[in-house]
Amino acid sequence: MIAIEALIKIVVLVVIILTIVAYLVLLERKISAYMQDRIGPNRVGPKGLFQPLADVLKLVLKEMIVPAKANKFIHALAPVISITVAVGALAVIPFANYIVIGGQKISLLIANVNIGVLYILALSSLGVYGITLSGWASNNKYSLLGGLRSSAQMISYELSLGLSLVGVLMIDGTLQLDKITMAQSGGLWNIIYQPIGFLVFVTAAFAETNRLPFDLPEAEPELVGGYHTEYSGMRWGLFFLSEYTNMIVSSALMVTLYFGGWSLPFVNYSALGANLAALVQFVTFFAKLGILIFVFMWVRWTLPRFRYDQLMNVGWKIMLPLAILNLLGTGAVMLALK
Amino acid sequence: MLTDYIPIFLMLAVGAVLGIVMGNINRILGPRRPTAEKLSTYESGMEPIRTARERFSVRFYLVAILFILFDVEIVFMYPWAVNFMSLGWFGFIEMLIFIVILLIGYYYVIKKGALQWQ
Amino acid sequence: MNWYDILFYAFALITVVSAAGVVLSRNIVYAAFSLLFTFFGVAALYVLLSADFLAITQILLYVGGVLVLIVFGVMLTNRANKVEVKHGGLTLAPAVLVAGVIAGTLIGVLTTTKWPAASFEPYEETARPLGALLMTQFVLPFELASVLLLVALVGAVIIARREKARRV
Repeated sequence: MIAIEALIKIVVLVVIILTIVAYLVLLERKISAYMQDRIGPNRVGPKGLFQPLADVLKLVLKEMIVPAKANKFIHALAPVISITVAVGALAVIPFANYIVIGGQKISLLIANVNIGVLYILALSSLGVYGITLSGWASNNKYSLLGGLRSSAQMISYELSLGLSLVGVLMIDGTLQLDKITMAQSGGLWNIIYQPIGFLVFVTAAFAETNRLPFDLPEAEPELVGGYHTEYSGMRWGLFFLSEYTNMIVSSALMVTLYFGGWSLPFVNYSALGANLAALVQFVTFFAKLGILIFVFMWVRWTLPRFRYDQLMNVGWKIMLPLAILNLLGTGAVMLALK
Repeated sequence: MLTDYIPIFLMLAVGAVLGIVMGNINRILGPRRPTAEKLSTYESGMEPIRTARERFSVRFYLVAILFILFDVEIVFMYPWAVNFMSLGWFGFIEMLIFIVILLIGYYYVIKKGALQWQ
Repeated sequence: MNWYDILFYAFALITVVSAAGVVLSRNIVYAAFSLLFTFFGVAALYVLLSADFLAITQILLYVGGVLVLIVFGVMLTNRANKVEVKHGGLTLAPAVLVAGVIAGTLIGVLTTTKWPAASFEPYEETARPLGALLMTQFVLPFELASVLLLVALVGAVIIARREKARRV
């Protein structure tokens, strides 16, 4: 029974997220275009709205090319690891509170685990494998170098990512994402208490998702396509899909940890009735998510790419000490005010 | 508590199935016309020279080691953080000592130039 | 057999089969790769034992850290994929003997010990009591762990930077 309920929720969520990803790609192309004073895709459907469909169709109908010298098994497995890890992280994100169907309360959280925050961190640390293994299996120099750089980058920034959110955990005293949301529902979002922590978190999240200005693994002028140079068709599409899903996951984590999750201040949810409240919460969450994702895209066209040594320096010598200072400062202030 | 994890296992399974299906869909829907050129590794249009799997800088290895050590320290902080208010100053000072010892090591790493990338 | 048993045996199977893969694989890359599934299986078994914090730590540290190190080491070694891991040969007989003795001892202990069934309910949340214990009853090991990590940190830097020191 639990399994069936969960499976329904999972399928619905995955379909929603995949649709959102498809349109995020279009959105990113449009935003990029407008920022460069172009129009962007506008041929397929009204205002280019069917562009994602055409993109998917194109990818699906391509020829699958596996280089003769590649390690076939690992070459096939690497994108599967990437997508599994990216989709798996969605399980613990509280998009809304609960709905009532036939008098039964159904939580909209797929898995209410005690250690939600750590679960996402653990899965994001597994993301390294998809990239490293694809780079290695392709037997291509660019791929390997891209994969290697990426894994070193990801593990370096994972430290700052893990440290920066300790401040939030100290304030709310829990590792459960829905409880963190509840704690902020009064309107005092954690961003007010944790501006430095948030800054470190955002930087680390950009690096973890391999977005500009940290997209060195696939810095096209020097590394061609990076770790997915030797991928084609939907296998390449899977890497693309995981990158965008990861972007959604880290933005969703930011919304939950720092911006009050699905809650809005001064809204009386009990007056709305459970289902309407859930809808409002759902919309609130995705509106916040959308703003953050827009920031991701905005930054892409604002900041130039870092050099690799700068990237490592920022991660180890600025972000890491900053996160530790933030942690100690938060602790001292909290205890002094107690 | 255990029942909370069944959806997690399911979610990971759904993700994996999605990956396997999508990763092989081109076998069915796509054309298949392999040529020797098409299957060769891309190297900016040149004939690929040797294999890509050569030796690499030890620094990548060092970063991985340092990552593990710092990561262990961070994992200790999570159980502390959720108890932070009930532990009070006592817990704070304990963690301070823990972090200061870590920072001595961090200072050594920086001074030795282990994280210097040329 | 209920679903708990089914899950347990499924994960136990994954753990044991992939562990065998680590030992028996002739390709060192596949051996490292099998280890990924072994760690995963063990983490899942921890979950079944209601030790969720331990499970997540297992994934964070072993899969996300230690195994990355191993994979780096294996991948970056010259022609790692051509290294033939040899089995058998002269060392087979003593290996079987030692393994047999150890296995016999383990099985003996396993069957003769009276395993007490836990009489308390599993914790709802493991991270909180763990943190409380770590900060009160087990303070000394906790701080010593920090010193141990410091030693490892210094050691790692010295080993990796040796060639530079010689040149200067």
